[in-house]
Amino acid sequence: MTEAVVITGIGLLSSLGEGIAPHVEAARGARKAVIDFESFAPYPVHPLGTVELDRQIPKKSDQRQMEPWQRIGVYAAGLALDSAGIKGDAEAKDRLHVIVAAGGGERDHAVDGQILTGLKTAANPGVFLNERLLGDLRPTLFLAQLSNLLAGNISIVHGVTGPSRTFMGEEQAGVDAVRVAHARIAAGQAEMLLVGGSYNAERRDMLLLFELGGALLKGAPIPTFSRTPGQDGMVTGSVGAFLVLESAKSAMARGAKVLARLDAVSADRVRRDDGAITRSLVKQFLGHHVEPAGLLVSAAPGLAGAAAEESAALAAVAAGRTPVAVGDLVGHAIEAAFPVAVALAAALLSEGEAASALVTGVGHHRGEGVASLSAA
Amino acid sequence: MMTDVRDAHGRPLVAVTGIGLVTSLGRGKADNWARLTAGQSGIHRITRFPVEGLRTSIAGTVDDLFSQPFAAPELSEKLAMLAADEAVGQAGLGSRGNFPGQLFMAVPPVELEWPQKQVLAGDGAEAVSYDTLLAAAAAHTHRAYHEMFLFGTVADRIADHFGTRGSPISLSTACSSGATAIQMGVEAIRRGETDAALCIGTDGSVHAEALIRFSLLSALSTHNDPPEEASKPFSKNRDGFVMGEGGAALVLESYASARARGAEILGFVLGCGEKGDGFHRTRSSPDGRPAIVAMQDALTDAGLEPYHIDYVNAHGTSTPENDKMEAMSCTAVFGPRMTSLPISSNKSMVGHTLTAAGAVEAVFSLLTIARGRIPPTINYREPDPNIPLDVVPNLARDARVRRVISNSFGFGGQNTCLVFGDGPA
Repeated sequence: MTEAVVITGIGLLSSLGEGIAPHVEAARGARKAVIDFESFAPYPVHPLGTVELDRQIPKKSDQRQMEPWQRIGVYAAGLALDSAGIKGDAEAKDRLHVIVAAGGGERDHAVDGQILTGLKTAANPGVFLNERLLGDLRPTLFLAQLSNLLAGNISIVHGVTGPSRTFMGEEQAGVDAVRVAHARIAAGQAEMLLVGGSYNAERRDMLLLFELGGALLKGAPIPTFSRTPGQDGMVTGSVGAFLVLESAKSAMARGAKVLARLDAVSADRVRRDDGAITRSLVKQFLGHHVEPAGLLVSAAPGLAGAAAEESAALAAVAAGRTPVAVGDLVGHAIEAAFPVAVALAAALLSEGEAASALVTGVGHHRGEGVASLSAA
Repeated sequence: MMTDVRDAHGRPLVAVTGIGLVTSLGRGKADNWARLTAGQSGIHRITRFPVEGLRTSIAGTVDDLFSQPFAAPELSEKLAMLAADEAVGQAGLGSRGNFPGQLFMAVPPVELEWPQKQVLAGDGAEAVSYDTLLAAAAAHTHRAYHEMFLFGTVADRIADHFGTRGSPISLSTACSSGATAIQMGVEAIRRGETDAALCIGTDGSVHAEALIRFSLLSALSTHNDPPEEASKPFSKNRDGFVMGEGGAALVLESYASARARGAEILGFVLGCGEKGDGFHRTRSSPDGRPAIVAMQDALTDAGLEPYHIDYVNAHGTSTPENDKMEAMSCTAVFGPRMTSLPISSNKSMVGHTLTAAGAVEAVFSLLTIARGRIPPTINYREPDPNIPLDVVPNLARDARVRRVISNSFGFGGQNTCLVFGDGPA
């Protein structure tokens, strides 16, 4: 039993704004990326602009119970539900399955700094740490940090009470979320699924993690596929991206507008020897129907070596063409990078940009994934 | 179409051919089972870090695996490795480093811990901020921290070690994560995507900050003395859960392929049920509906009726709210029979192993079936009049157990129930 899987809802929130329009404009070159070079210098980030949270998260108490990465995700999930026309459908939302790709762990930077300063001179560091954590950690911060609490908040705020799972593991969590969502609908294990992720780039704790691995770009970015070793790295962006996927049958039955078809999704994880990424992608392409004239959309993180391997793989199926690098438009969004790339591809197909699209996602440290879409 | 290798829904039957376990009770399933059914507790005073000033100073930590200080992901990886080694060894599937199936792993969220941040903060006397840490990180002399604190790393290393296929899944559904890992393995086998799955739950994250976070939510027992009596699920004087650590692994296989290779079948995962709860971030719906639906869906998925269940392996955290809600939900599902249907909580002995709990308790459920012995709920001295259930108080009980439902509930409205059996439904 294989059901056709379609996309009936797209929820996008990024530095470009919200909804499909600004993202399609940017992909067409009609809108410039928004980059903040100052706030986290020397690391540029694509910041979230002003968002009227009330429009998707009406209760202030809910807004307060979340950290920014969760608010971004809940907001984008709301947009996707609106787009699919099921926001007000309590029955559909009670059945709606959810797969979220999430990180977590937003720190209280001021508290951490004070504690680290105090630890240097504390007579008994362990006891000092206990005292300060007991006194300074906000009890609710823990919940704002838990990875699965983005899904939990989607459930609370939007009344989505089908089963939810949260995948972790950086970029590949986003690839696997879309892959497993597709597989479950195709196999009849779910009819309708909300899938996506979010990332808050405006956090020094995350910049710290990636800088430890030397994965960040400093200074003014040049396009992802033009970066060279030593001048490369990730430019992260605050992004929320969710999709409503459903079986074609379900979409037809409820008269939903199909934005695009999600034909196939694959994922792999190889040891990163020379050429391994290229081999992985080329092998995965065999499971996709790739049209040479189709749209190419890449979730590349911005590392030169990985980008070169990705290019080499794409050259084998669509020679001479450079993909739309989503990271150049909204920044690299880690767990949300693949979902936002698939969402953008679907948005472009729904706007008649092409008949099909091939989306590639190569993680900055691990994981490779591919999705193929076609116009409705 | 039910055949001998497919279930009532026409899907491939999923057999368990290997299990492995590490908890505060010991290493390996034999050791764990002996101590669990003897009613022994693995809860003890914490020695890993100073507990001065903390309201809770006990936990079911797994100690003695490292001779040097370690981070939570390192212990989580080690626990997963030990459990998976036992499970894969028992299953005898594939060859060393070449496991012919996918990996589904419940892993705790990770982040840079205090010792690493202290290294980056340096020795100078100046005030520390994240810019200090970033400047130190920019020297790229601590690259190992990057990989260590990526969420995907524990699963990555397990995948490399055992040679699992495809893209490993790292997942979290809070305290039901271990059950979700098993459920995802079942689903992948039912889809025909893989013939085998290695499903693991692991959690080695008892450190000061983790304990303090739960403590600030008033979720932990403060009955520190004696430690082994702190976790008292279903008792009137229960006052919170006790953090535990552990790793559990299951090798799942399509029954068709397990039978074809003549593997010993340890049991079956007959059904899975799952329901979200939008009521509150930490509290369950007062009517218990999500937990009820999750149990009912698991039974339906298994093609069973409530009367087919011989034993409930409870989530049973020992928090006032969970145990009350769970008892009420079970009564709603099983009806008047619930007063005599045995229900017990492994957490009374191993504590709440959090991310690992669903997998740890799956292993105990399968052992309960295989050995015909129901592990007790220990520390049951003050019955809660509002929970008039047979909690298998204090002493293990011999019984023929053919089918078990194992409950896992988590923060964020996660409810996952699994049904295990000795044979196809």
